[in-house]
Amino acid sequence: MEPSLYTVKAILILDNDGNRLAGKYFDNQFTSIKEQLDFEKLLFSKTHKANSEIIMLDNLTIVYRSIIDLFFYVIGSTSDNEIMLSSVLNCLYDSVSQILRKNIEKKNLIDHLDAILLAIDEICDNGILLETDPSAISQRVSLKDEVPLGEQTVMDVVKSARDQLKWSILR
Amino acid sequence: MMGKKDSKKDDESGGSNPFRHLEKAAVLQETRTFNETPINAKKCCLILTKILYMINQGEHLAPTEATQAFFAMTKLFQSKDVMLRRMLYLCIKEMANIANDVIIVTSSLTKDMTGKEDIYRGPAIRALCRITDNTMLQSIERYMKQAIVDKSPSVSSAALVSSLHLMKQGPEVVKRWVNEVSEAVNSDNVMVQYHALGLLYQIKKNDKLAITKLVSKFSKSSLRSPFAYCFLIRVAARQLEEEKDGFDKTLFDFVESCLRHKSEMVIYEAASAIVSLRCTTSKELVSAIGVLQLLCNSPKPSLRYAAVKTLNKISISHPAAVTACNIDLENLITDQNRSIATLAITTLLKTGNESGVDRLMKQIATFMSEISDEFKIVVVEAIQSLCSKFPRKHNVMMTFLASMLREDGGFEYKKAIVNTIIVIIEENPEAREIGLSHLCEFIEDCEFLPLATRILHLLGREGPRTTTPAKYIRYIYNRVILESAEVRAAAVSALAKFGASSDDLLPSILVLLNRSKLDEDDEVRDRATFFYDILSQNDKALSSAYILNTLNVSPVSLERALLQYNQHVTEKPFDIKVVPTIEVEIHKPSGETLLPSSTKPTEKPTASRQDLYMEQLSAIPEFAHLGPLFKSSSPVELTEPETEYNVKCIKHTFTNYIVFQFDCLNTLNDQLLEDVVVKLDTADGYEIISYKQCAKLPYNTLGIAYTLVKIPDDPSQVVATFGCNMKFKVKDCDPNTGEPDNEEGYEDEYGLENVEINVSDHVQKVLKPNFGASWEEVGDANELEDTYALSMPSLEEAIKNIIQFMGLQPCERSERAPEGKNSHVLLLAGIYRGGHDVLVRAKLAFNDGGVAMQLTIRSSDSIVPQVIAQAVG
Repeated sequence: MEPSLYTVKAILILDNDGNRLAGKYFDNQFTSIKEQLDFEKLLFSKTHKANSEIIMLDNLTIVYRSIIDLFFYVIGSTSDNEIMLSSVLNCLYDSVSQILRKNIEKKNLIDHLDAILLAIDEICDNGILLETDPSAISQRVSLKDEVPLGEQTVMDVVKSARDQLKWSILR
Repeated sequence: MMGKKDSKKDDESGGSNPFRHLEKAAVLQETRTFNETPINAKKCCLILTKILYMINQGEHLAPTEATQAFFAMTKLFQSKDVMLRRMLYLCIKEMANIANDVIIVTSSLTKDMTGKEDIYRGPAIRALCRITDNTMLQSIERYMKQAIVDKSPSVSSAALVSSLHLMKQGPEVVKRWVNEVSEAVNSDNVMVQYHALGLLYQIKKNDKLAITKLVSKFSKSSLRSPFAYCFLIRVAARQLEEEKDGFDKTLFDFVESCLRHKSEMVIYEAASAIVSLRCTTSKELVSAIGVLQLLCNSPKPSLRYAAVKTLNKISISHPAAVTACNIDLENLITDQNRSIATLAITTLLKTGNESGVDRLMKQIATFMSEISDEFKIVVVEAIQSLCSKFPRKHNVMMTFLASMLREDGGFEYKKAIVNTIIVIIEENPEAREIGLSHLCEFIEDCEFLPLATRILHLLGREGPRTTTPAKYIRYIYNRVILESAEVRAAAVSALAKFGASSDDLLPSILVLLNRSKLDEDDEVRDRATFFYDILSQNDKALSSAYILNTLNVSPVSLERALLQYNQHVTEKPFDIKVVPTIEVEIHKPSGETLLPSSTKPTEKPTASRQDLYMEQLSAIPEFAHLGPLFKSSSPVELTEPETEYNVKCIKHTFTNYIVFQFDCLNTLNDQLLEDVVVKLDTADGYEIISYKQCAKLPYNTLGIAYTLVKIPDDPSQVVATFGCNMKFKVKDCDPNTGEPDNEEGYEDEYGLENVEINVSDHVQKVLKPNFGASWEEVGDANELEDTYALSMPSLEEAIKNIIQFMGLQPCERSERAPEGKNSHVLLLAGIYRGGHDVLVRAKLAFNDGGVAMQLTIRSSDSIVPQVIAQAVG
């Protein structure tokens, strides 16, 4: 096998029903959208119960992580270094976490979808790992128009507290 | 924030998705907002996000729609909003392949790429390189070179990565930037270093020497990036793998030193590289395995997974080394992650001993339903290798496999199970009946046609030999009633085999076949009619030739022979005997590759080795009249390794001639050989017809010389030994250019080892699935029987030697001597040059120090048995 920098085959973020919220395939293994969705369905069915971080499926190595109602996946080939893939996953997760100010759940993610898409673009360019430092990513995504935590409105704080309480009960 | 207005409304439904029900037309309509002045950045940003989301969900945009939206988007370059600009780049990249005329944004992007804002520059470069083509690349070349060595890591990385993408379309331009790239490898930023190294490798990858230099240079100047290290390890490992003889110690030392790196990623990469290298010795293996052992105990699942996956991969090639990790693997059996547990168990199964098998199988049965098909295949393959290791355990395995067959699963998975059961049946006669009954049950409800036909074929072959063949007929006939044409045809053939093998069943079979004669499918009907007529003749020889032991020719050769036959107008009927028989595949015991690899094997019929030779030889006019090629031997070395010249000989046997093919290699780089010819000393009635020389033999290029000899007319004279001498003209030449120094060379010759023609060169192996039927078919008209005393230390040794000397194919798995017994019957079959069947039955008995053999040879020709007997005498 020829050494290559093309290591990441896909990055996916699914919701808790297995629907795609954001995702990008860098490889032509799944050419049609139908194949992609079938694969995601299969992947979700295998991973949504057992949170065991890594799985092999369809000759692919997939590292994943879930929180509340979101599932993050990084997909590579079976010959890839699993630890490298898992560092990509950690970077994705931490970047999203910083962008969403630790309030990682579907609603909030959708509200910041633009920044999330930018972050994925900064992590991986067409299959080549671009950056794995989450703070560099969030700096590059640069949310200048963001309200810092101290200046959030009372409404926001109350809402976020309520959300977190709700999820802790649900879990 | 954009969704805040909706958030209160949606709150109750638990965070619904405002993008969920986007209408493509409505979103495209909204792009008109882009034309408003001043630009409302937030609003436009939301619209771009919607477009991206839509494309992301797989919504199809027609080129005209996309182009329209794209042109509207170009207006947004007027806005100074950072977020909007960045989203714009993303949209440009997404639309690069959908919309037309995307190059109109080139100048805007070039401006951003060379501007002051670092936050724009990197993404602008990446967007620009996505829409650019080779011709336009020239115009931005200057900027790219600057960007590669830019002090901002994001700009430099973007330029390097984009260059890597560009290498795919036109490597020439990118190759000119090699100096800048080399400079970038020394960057302080870890990612820049990684990208620069990757690009540098891509630029130089065809120059092996440069790559070796590259690795040794960077292995000394310690790189900062663990990613770069991993990449360098891969480069070094590939380099080591490609070097055939004498590997580079410094490269290996570098990989070995990485085992002590501080990053886990690098340590693992180095360990997995070492264990999969061919040149690794057991001493070096120990330290790598030690690293994997440590990783097995890591709290992180991905580390444990990586380690156990690698151990599993090498459990066949280095079982002893893996055994050191047995305790750690035992701990992983109950791992939360089922993939890890499966890999651990299968590794233990492969390296463990017989007593542990039951326990491990029970363990794995508890979570079989939870793991993916890939892992199930891994388990099945582990079971297969276990069965050949511990044949006595076949009961446990069979039950396990049968329960797996009943569960749901994909084709590949079911195929793996069926293959495994078939292998067990073939290897272990005790497991035959139980295995066949499991398979019978499986085809009762089997959705995969190839598997059903395969099993029916197997039933036809193995079923008649069981104690109660009648019970299989019901299963087979059910297929005739219920299945599609393909399976029905296979079932009809299987039925016919039962009829041909057993007189008791024959009347019932005839009744069943008679019903199929009215089948609606042509193939099924033809087969049924054909078999019915043959069986109703009740002639053993006929049913042996047409039902039990059918044609053994390779389809490619048959096609060629028929084509040739059709080209000449002739009265003679087509003679099937001129078609070369198919080479019997050597069954390799299951070994390597127990993890599914990323490359999917493409299964297509390839021409056999012999077909390739046939093609080569028939292209030479001197050999055109020789007729069809009967057999090609495997290459024999005629020189010692590491000598000046390297010569291999392949013997091609024709009906009346033999062609010696000499593959010559000149290993002296200061010599050019010309007019190379291999002279033979005539021997034992063989007559040398002609030589075909190899005109030029430059350094390290394979040249072929041929020698044609005629086989003696006396049919009993087949064995011969030829003295060989290679004659040639030497011209000294410049080692670098290969140009000869002067036109005048000198004659020289070089002695080679003798070439022998043995009995085995005159026979081709043929597998007779039903030896007994063929034995009766040939009859005792030309039978030869004799007794020999062989001085062999064991039965196995005797069997091996007899097969080798006679060059015949062992049938009915008789090449395996039963353990602990002193007598054995070896059955061999083949075809003698000229198309005569040869069958050999050797009854062997072992008593202290020697093997007594009673040899019976039957053939359709009267001389052949004597010739074959010579091989032993």
